[in-house]
Amino acid sequence: METKEFKVSAIENGTVIDHIPAKNVFQVIKILNLENYDNQILFGTNLESKKYVTKGIIKVSNKFFKTDEINKIALVAPRATLIIIKDYKVVEKSSVQIPDEVIKIVKCFNPNCITNHEKVETKFTVTSKEELKLRCHYCEKITDKKNMTFV
Amino acid sequence: MKNKSLVSINDYSKEEQLAILELAANFEKNPTQKILEDYVIATLFFEPSTRTRLSFESAVSRLGGKIIGFSDASSTSVKKGESLKDTIKTVCNYSDLIVMRHPREGSARFASEVASVPIINAGDGANQHPTQTLLDMYTIKQTQGRLDNLNIAFVGDLKYGRTVHSLVMALCNFNCTFHLVSPFELKLPSSVKIHIKEKNLEYYQYTTMDEILPKVDILYMTRIQKERFSDPIEYEKIKNSYILSNDMLNNTKDNLKILHPLPRVNEIDEDVDDNSKAYYFQQALNGVYVRQALITKILGIK
Ligand SMILES: [Zn+2]
Repeated sequence: METKEFKVSAIENGTVIDHIPAKNVFQVIKILNLENYDNQILFGTNLESKKYVTKGIIKVSNKFFKTDEINKIALVAPRATLIIIKDYKVVEKSSVQIPDEVIKIVKCFNPNCITNHEKVETKFTVTSKEELKLRCHYCEKITDKKNMTFV
Repeated sequence: MKNKSLVSINDYSKEEQLAILELAANFEKNPTQKILEDYVIATLFFEPSTRTRLSFESAVSRLGGKIIGFSDASSTSVKKGESLKDTIKTVCNYSDLIVMRHPREGSARFASEVASVPIINAGDGANQHPTQTLLDMYTIKQTQGRLDNLNIAFVGDLKYGRTVHSLVMALCNFNCTFHLVSPFELKLPSSVKIHIKEKNLEYYQYTTMDEILPKVDILYMTRIQKERFSDPIEYEKIKNSYILSNDMLNNTKDNLKILHPLPRVNEIDEDVDDNSKAYYFQQALNGVYVRQALITKILGIK
């Protein structure tokens, strides 16, 4: 590992999520429900980065995410890198993929959509992964990247 | 189709849609049959729509079914803050099928997920109104003898008109050619055009209707509302170019029929009404037969 990574201390076992846009670190923590996680979590934000002007990083001890669980963060951190650590060593690196379906995370952009008025979990089909367009399962309207807000 | 809710026209396959149209033709010949006597149908109109509600209630009554429900949410527990989920769950206890209209988009889909009986969407905000689509299809087939390979013009507000969106989507299964006539600001949205493109069908866009009138088999007129324009002067400039009058029909095809989802305001001159090509009042009547067919299919009676 490069030395600058150690601005946030190393973990023995677990997952490092690197290259998160700096402003979205807390969003990623929320999406992964890490607020309720009992093991050690280290995170940093506004760190120097080659991919972004500044980046964020999260290190979660003793946690190995399932694919569909981690892919949820692709909406806020499309270029994130996942690094699996065992015994302080990198054993695997991968990137996140935008899922086919997005459940609960995003708010529907349509103010007249039933999901904005009743207790209904939002649900979208991803109609374009390149441009990030989501079609609401309920009102059938498209929520795109520039209109996307999170629940 | 038994127990299958109809929320969006695409919930039913082309074959299922055609089966409904075929059955509707039987009801047209024989609309009064006592086959729903053991059934209770709920009509829940969270916003008023007299025309649609009466069409459904006439369809059920002619078949001997009972109707419960409300025509306006202001007189119900909804006004006291009851959730849609609770209203639907309660009404499920009392009925075999729910017809609902609601001002919010997606309400009917949500209701179909919490209900233990099938739901027919009679309009959810600006989203879907699939029984209108079925009656439009029925009318086209009735007047042209087929749905395939027709030249169909849609005129007026193609951006916000949900009846246009659903009908265009349904007709994409029948190799039709689309002539889309609208002011620039009210063009058919790309989310609908994508269905035409996916099937590699032809479509043409115009801002006036003169050129297309001699070519088409069906002229589907819609109303343009002033409040859709950001600039009222734009509306004043274009409003008269989307009004159909009888003298414009001189060089049109013999088989041309003019349709309109009604109510009309002034987009079709009253002098057109007596022309044999005007078909919008018969179109509305077809709604009863199509709804009879749909209800009996869903209840598994036919
Ligand atoms: Zn929605």
